[in-house]
Amino acid sequence: MGELAIFSKKQIGNAILFVLLLSFVIVWLLPVGGAILTALRSMDDLIANGFWSKPEVLTFDNFRESWSTGMVGRYLFNSFIVTIPALIGTLFLSALSGFVLAHYRFKGNIFIYLTFVGGMLIPYQILMIPVFQLSNFLNIYNTYWGLVMIHMVFQMGFCTFFLRNFMRTIPVELAEAARIDGCSEFRIFWQIYLPLSKPALAAVGTLEFTWIFNDYLWALVLIRNDSLKPVTAGLASLRGQFISSWTILVAGSLLASIPTLLVFIFLQRYFIEGLTMGSGK
Amino acid sequence: MKSNRNKTAWFFLTGPLVLYLGWVIGPSLYTVYLSLTKYDGLSSPEFIGLKNFYRLFQDPVFITSLVNNIKWLLSFLVIPVVLGLVLALLLNNQIKGNKLFKAAIYSPMILSPIVIGLLWGWIYEPAGGLLNSTLSVIGLNYLTRGWLSDPEVVLYAIIAAAVWRHVGYVMILFLAGLKTIPLVVIEAARVDGASGWKKFWHIILPMLRPATVIVFVVTIIQSFRAFDMVNSMTEGGPFNSSNVLANLMYIEAFKNYRMGYGGSIAVILFLLMFAFIVFYLKQIMKNEVD
Repeated sequence: MGELAIFSKKQIGNAILFVLLLSFVIVWLLPVGGAILTALRSMDDLIANGFWSKPEVLTFDNFRESWSTGMVGRYLFNSFIVTIPALIGTLFLSALSGFVLAHYRFKGNIFIYLTFVGGMLIPYQILMIPVFQLSNFLNIYNTYWGLVMIHMVFQMGFCTFFLRNFMRTIPVELAEAARIDGCSEFRIFWQIYLPLSKPALAAVGTLEFTWIFNDYLWALVLIRNDSLKPVTAGLASLRGQFISSWTILVAGSLLASIPTLLVFIFLQRYFIEGLTMGSGK
Repeated sequence: MKSNRNKTAWFFLTGPLVLYLGWVIGPSLYTVYLSLTKYDGLSSPEFIGLKNFYRLFQDPVFITSLVNNIKWLLSFLVIPVVLGLVLALLLNNQIKGNKLFKAAIYSPMILSPIVIGLLWGWIYEPAGGLLNSTLSVIGLNYLTRGWLSDPEVVLYAIIAAAVWRHVGYVMILFLAGLKTIPLVVIEAARVDGASGWKKFWHIILPMLRPATVIVFVVTIIQSFRAFDMVNSMTEGGPFNSSNVLANLMYIEAFKNYRMGYGGSIAVILFLLMFAFIVFYLKQIMKNEVD
């Protein structure tokens, strides 16, 4: 077969592939595109004319309504108040335990490591009742702290697993040299391992941000007051408030997704790295 | 010197370990204990042995939920895995728009399951929802229905939404696996048509084995964890036709205050996942030895 023939065959193949993929992606994103169009219309219009009709009016009222009356603004604020300390806490604690498990050889090392890995795979249901009771006991039920604690601690499983494996690739000689210069063990962690682990911290941090931010189950179990609910549980309340006002509900869902969408747009690389590195090892 | 260093190691581990014992290990064990009791959350738990488990297997709602979990698992093992693999194979080249296609396909992953539940709840809405509207417009009126109120289809309607979220994850994992295979091998398989299929089956797929293992573990664990969408879209209804174990456990423990019984459902869920967790840990141990 001549070179030209292969070339054009490949080109035609690629063109067909492109069209196929494009159509697939358009259908794939229809739920999101449809949601945006829905949120800009009025419910009466939709009920009367169906989705595929020409909109009578386009309006931002639904966004306004869900943001203020529906409290989506407040819920988003709550989500950040919970997610940020939980994220910082879990990264710090997991970096520390990851460092210990990667760097020191001692009896029980592998056992502790496997405990963390096993812990990240268990069903949440097996923790629900005792964590609910523990939070009650510590007077942090129905507070931000209750949520911060469970996220911070539960996510240590995955983060420790991830950071420990990354830190194993840092040459031990660096620490040995620092030790000869009289560096304390904590400074070896803080000034050598932590800075060198920045790429891993970025990857796992991005991933954990979306996981903690998107949690629904713990918000359901540990928060009772609407005013404290993060946006996931908040959306469930919104559902009760605006029963079938889908235009407002959909607008609220879109607003609720902005933070993770921004993370996705700007930190996509870390997000993907986190997913592949975390599971590939 | 060496033992001093070990002391430091344990000192550093104290904080993380105490917290992990308090919020993860301890609670897991305590739930196992609770599963052997009758407990309403207020008076102290009363030990009743394995009674909860006997009762579970006579409870039709539990059986329905268990069967639904299995249907969920089987659907998840087929649809997202095949679709994710096909998409990964198609996108593992320098085709125009490659990056945008990938981003579009895995973008549902960043949405919370609750948001997806709401958006798909709207898609499935009988009056004016996207799916029924579309079916009417293209003349398939007879297919329209209340997707979330029809016990025959409700479970699959929810699974479809969950699949939409999961495919991107599978694709990413397979793409990462494909990166380890030389492009020439893949190109050859694609250009050759019929024998390309053989090459795919005998060369590429075996080389993708590590990625496939991860995909299966992740997919199995995800399907047993199914909760958010079921809880927010239907609460397991109508008449428990879309219930799954994770949601049933929540309802029994936190709505009906049958915490011992709820605990026993949690234990069953754990036992179902146990084999896969052990399998995963074994894989990890193997990596350690290598």
